[in-house]
Amino acid sequence: MKIQSFLLMISKKLRNYKFWFVFTPYFWLVLFFFIPLALIFKISISIAEWGMPPYKDLFEFTENGFQINATLNNYIYVLSDFYYFKSYLNSLSLAFTSTLICLLIGFPIAFYVAKSSERVRNIMLIFLIIPFWTSFLLRVYAWKVLLQGNGLINSLLIKFGIIDTPLPLLHNHYAVILGVVYTYLPFMILPLYGYLVKFDLNLIDAAYDLGAKPIKAFFKVILPLSLPGIVAGSMLVFIPVVGEFVIPEMLGGSDRLYFGKMIWEEFFQNRDWPIASALAMSGILFLVIPILIFQKQYEKYNLK
Amino acid sequence: MSSNEDFLIIDNISKRFDDVVALDKVSVKIKRSELFSLLGSSGCGKSTLLRIIAGFEKPDEGRIILDGQDITDLPPYLRPLNIMFQNYALFPHLNVYKNIEFGLKEEKLEQNLIEERINEALTLLELSALQKRKINEISGGQQQRVALARCLVKKPKLLLLDEPLAALDKKLRIQTQFELVNLQFKLGITFIIVTHDQEEAMSLSDRMAVMQQGNILQIGTPVEVYETPGNEYIANFIGTANIFEINYNLENKLFANALNAFIESTKNITTNKFLLRPEKIEISKFSGEENIQINKCIGTVKEIAYLGSYTKYLVKTDKATFYVFQQNKFFTENLNIKWDDKVVCSWNENSIFPIND
Repeated sequence: MKIQSFLLMISKKLRNYKFWFVFTPYFWLVLFFFIPLALIFKISISIAEWGMPPYKDLFEFTENGFQINATLNNYIYVLSDFYYFKSYLNSLSLAFTSTLICLLIGFPIAFYVAKSSERVRNIMLIFLIIPFWTSFLLRVYAWKVLLQGNGLINSLLIKFGIIDTPLPLLHNHYAVILGVVYTYLPFMILPLYGYLVKFDLNLIDAAYDLGAKPIKAFFKVILPLSLPGIVAGSMLVFIPVVGEFVIPEMLGGSDRLYFGKMIWEEFFQNRDWPIASALAMSGILFLVIPILIFQKQYEKYNLK
Repeated sequence: MSSNEDFLIIDNISKRFDDVVALDKVSVKIKRSELFSLLGSSGCGKSTLLRIIAGFEKPDEGRIILDGQDITDLPPYLRPLNIMFQNYALFPHLNVYKNIEFGLKEEKLEQNLIEERINEALTLLELSALQKRKINEISGGQQQRVALARCLVKKPKLLLLDEPLAALDKKLRIQTQFELVNLQFKLGITFIIVTHDQEEAMSLSDRMAVMQQGNILQIGTPVEVYETPGNEYIANFIGTANIFEINYNLENKLFANALNAFIESTKNITTNKFLLRPEKIEISKFSGEENIQINKCIGTVKEIAYLGSYTKYLVKTDKATFYVFQQNKFFTENLNIKWDDKVVCSWNENSIFPIND
């Protein structure tokens, strides 16, 4: 009798559409975030060996009985080799630089769009979204075509006699920054726009009226009030760029190694899945912990 | 420093937005310590004029002179005046104290002088208990006082108020009206108030300007504007107006077809219309003969609205309808006059005011 009523309750719950609204995001998170993360973690503490998959099972029954093949050696190896750490720093520096550039370009654009008339605003927003209709791989490839030695930019510069030999525009970290900024700019602009569109223009007039010059009005009124948008946009750019692989691969050169590329090499070229997984896990930890601390501090600041 | 000098001179100001004329050669002179209202319906140019005085908009032509200084080309942050916005435009990321402090920090003042001035304003506007609150934690009336305090600590020569009471509910509005007038009297700062609410303008102002389509139609005290409106538009905009046509004007005997009555006036009437305010008409139940009389007409009551202190009647004659407002001076249990009653309406000969189209 009790089991029946329990089943009845469950079936009632499942038929309630509200339950699915609440459940779907959790389902998604578990299926596509926690399970893969757990799998990567599992591989990162496994021992590499030849074969498929190229690591030993974590739990084994041998003639010696039950055996756990876990190790922290992968982490020790990854953390002790400065080579990996250097690539991580390169990725952080790339993420930082491109986030800053995205912010400097994106803020005025977002402000302009947010303060335009509704008609202009909608057109501008469509222009911002249109590039997404083409695969970003193709768009980055287009930059490659533009920047290469006999590409459009160099050809034009030579044609007009500004330079004699092609400039090395491609395969260096400037090209990577260009590609990253180009790709991620909308991710900065859209959340900023979301905050700025709610911004009351009278506040700027009020600041002027109270004696603040335009620069002061910007730093004392506009900037603090758009801070949540700046934080959201910066996170959306910074975090994925740290692990970015495709853009450095296509536009970058041998001058700098990036973290994403490192993982790729360990995984596909060295076929050392445990090391690659340990790299990925360390990367997440190094990124997530500071961000969590930042979030806490930011919440505190906002509550003040 | 005579009180009659022209403190703010708005001289021939014009402003267009694309093809729309917002202001068309507007000139006003406002005296020191005056409480002056710009009154008009939306789109009449009153807010544009206010924004030009504050410096947020540049006029296409004309000058603005404040206390002898031409401020037309000064940016808003250099003008010795302040504005209180309709939505108050308080900084939501700052608390009450910091909002009031904002403008003083821009002046190079000593810290203890800043604190002194803020505390003075906090006391004046009864905000001391709220100084640590955030803007979204205080009520609309309190926000209005913070906005006022934020302006007043700057000790402006001129304070502009954009629809200062529009965001408040009705009870609070009436109370705040009196507070504003008292404050202005106490501080002696010249106030310019923009409003679309004629009652607000009348109860607040020393003088007011009625605006329409980028022009000032009339400038005067509330009494002047109400009793002697410059034209039919003003008469209708300020209060309720009964306006009738004069059909014959023979040897100073005027006749209005609409009322089927002769009109006699103490004023010399050369216009073809006249104004008769509803409260200036006496109404009583009809008894007796129906013949044409002077300053008296006969009609039927078509609507009655009992409003407590007075009663509104809509009276219909053969050719027109008009309003009569009667004070309820004595205790009554029932109104004497009922729907569809025949009534006699009469008025004094000095209640007739000639009016232009």
